[in-house]
Amino acid sequence: MNGLTPVRALWLATALLAPLATAGEWSGNVGLEGTLFAGDPLFAEQSDSNLSLAFEPEYFHDWDDGAQRIVIAPFLRVDLRDKKRTHGDLREAYWQRSFASMELAVGLRKVFWGVTESIHLVDIINQTDFVENLDGEDKLGQPMVSLRALPEWGTVDLFVMPYFRERTFAGNEGRPRLPLPIDQDAARYESSRGDQRVDLALRYSHYFGDFDIGLAHFSGTNREPRFEIAFDPLRGASLVPNYDRLEQTSLDLQATKGDILYKVELISRHNFDGRSTALAAGLEYTLTGIFDTAADLGLILEYLFDDQPALRTSFRNDVALGGRLALNDVQDSELLAFAIVDADTQTTLASIEGSRRLAQSWRLSLEGRFFLNPDPTDFLFGLRDDDYVELTLERYF
Amino acid sequence: MNHRLSDRTRRVGAAAKRSAFFVLATAIVLSANIALAQTPEQRGLEIAMEADRRDEGFGDSQVTMRMTLRNKNGDERSRQMRSQSLEVADDGDKSLIVFNDPADVKGTALLTFSHKEGADDQWLFLPALKRVKRISSSNKSGPFVGSEFAYEDLSSQEVEKYRYKYLRDESFDGRDHFVIERYPVDKKSGYTRQVVWLDTQHYRVFKVEFYDRKKSLLKTLVSSDHKQYKDKFWRPGVMEMTNHQTGKSTRLEFFEYEFQTGLDEADFTRNSLSKAR
Repeated sequence: MNGLTPVRALWLATALLAPLATAGEWSGNVGLEGTLFAGDPLFAEQSDSNLSLAFEPEYFHDWDDGAQRIVIAPFLRVDLRDKKRTHGDLREAYWQRSFASMELAVGLRKVFWGVTESIHLVDIINQTDFVENLDGEDKLGQPMVSLRALPEWGTVDLFVMPYFRERTFAGNEGRPRLPLPIDQDAARYESSRGDQRVDLALRYSHYFGDFDIGLAHFSGTNREPRFEIAFDPLRGASLVPNYDRLEQTSLDLQATKGDILYKVELISRHNFDGRSTALAAGLEYTLTGIFDTAADLGLILEYLFDDQPALRTSFRNDVALGGRLALNDVQDSELLAFAIVDADTQTTLASIEGSRRLAQSWRLSLEGRFFLNPDPTDFLFGLRDDDYVELTLERYF
Repeated sequence: MNHRLSDRTRRVGAAAKRSAFFVLATAIVLSANIALAQTPEQRGLEIAMEADRRDEGFGDSQVTMRMTLRNKNGDERSRQMRSQSLEVADDGDKSLIVFNDPADVKGTALLTFSHKEGADDQWLFLPALKRVKRISSSNKSGPFVGSEFAYEDLSSQEVEKYRYKYLRDESFDGRDHFVIERYPVDKKSGYTRQVVWLDTQHYRVFKVEFYDRKKSLLKTLVSSDHKQYKDKFWRPGVMEMTNHQTGKSTRLEFFEYEFQTGLDEADFTRNSLSKAR
């Protein structure tokens, strides 16, 4: 039930897009990604390198004097090693109608909430396309009817989400992946309606002078699964994703004070396990024109806290340290270096992301992730041999 | 073209000679008056206020811009963007810029609420993540999309953002100009002073020299191809910024200027930023 197979996605995209080929505007990119792993894989079916191709076109069309819009953005990836990573999706496919101070949208959409850099706690509308990247910033299109009201005192969004999308995971050949195979077909739901339960979310956001604020409540099925170990005499042990019900209230706040941005994301969640709290808070300080050049260096410091009892992929007591270098040159060269350190175990996730434009329409990106000092009790322990460096070359059109 | 221009210059020259005596006499009387009534600082402020007054009431405007970035070897890169502006009574203008090219930044948009005093408010929309991000506006001296234009060169030029001093009158290209100096009030500015040439007839800026924090000449901006819209508002068709210290230059061309198109506050919000194309 995990949504779209690549073939189905392609077929659907073609069927939807064919009549639109003449009106509106096309853009998008094709990217070739090459990955090299530093060490030998933990599992025999994994490899120490990978090659993968992604295609992400976007169509949009405005009419009715800008009051109506259609956006269609399919996504397709073909992966050399991992059958599960060869996948497709409709990132966006929606119709939007604007009224005087109201907007209605129907279809698959992508919505981002939040302010912090190291993790995105309050961002809950879309399911993570986890097989794409560990950072959780790739999202699956969420089917919804959304209503936005724009009174003078802020922005109010109501989301009605009639269908749940399961998280994607790397297959057995995929790398990095969790230590046991994931039995996605056996996924369990707390709600008796399974993936057909209607999830709801309400958000208020606005700015007051230097402050940008967002207050939200989500009532539905948790996007993040809890795993139970299942044992099959023939196939051995596997992880079964459990999608529990969740009530989550969130606050995101940013104060923009000159060169310093102060950021807070706070969530209070309630599930079968009781109530828990998670926090990401910190600051970003930008040094401009460093070393007498046009470059800016942003220093990022964030503290992460989570008291959820169930063992999950959470940052329970961590410090995130980072630097973002923007050369402000013609190629828009950028480099983001990051480390999230567990204050208790010193398990560290280090990350580097850089990119630079080549000629007018190409972009070359570098990504590296390193799992340092892994403690056997930490969820990152399973990735201890999966340090990698990845180069991506994208052509934009 | 050149010939006709020089012809006209000659005719103007002859006319000027004929009335030279009156001009001289008037100038003496005037300068005596000015000396009594006005300091160069007051005169400079007066010119800046008059330039500002002549642009009042533009309401809103929209324009497509093409930027050509040239390095000292002559290699060129281009940028294309669409800009909308809204005049705000008693405060700085609001603006929304959407990038179209290069393709990898297509859909990226920048919303600015400029203020007469204090820091501007700025939000950036990142289309890949669908993220609206409030950003620090204190880096006004930084380059705009890798060009020779700094953010502060392109932001709404409010009278209150500078102190002024009148220097002299100067004629070139068949026009008379006021030459004034202005000093940024904001300590974050990348400049210690700017020398501005405005024509005496319409108060249009034709040239600006920018002096960096070390007080040496950094850049020169030359504006040309001015056109008048709605019988009132003058806008340059081309702005050419040359960096004397790096040898790089940026040419900014404006296309399809439109005024009073009916934009209002609702077109300059975080919501409109996230929908901008």
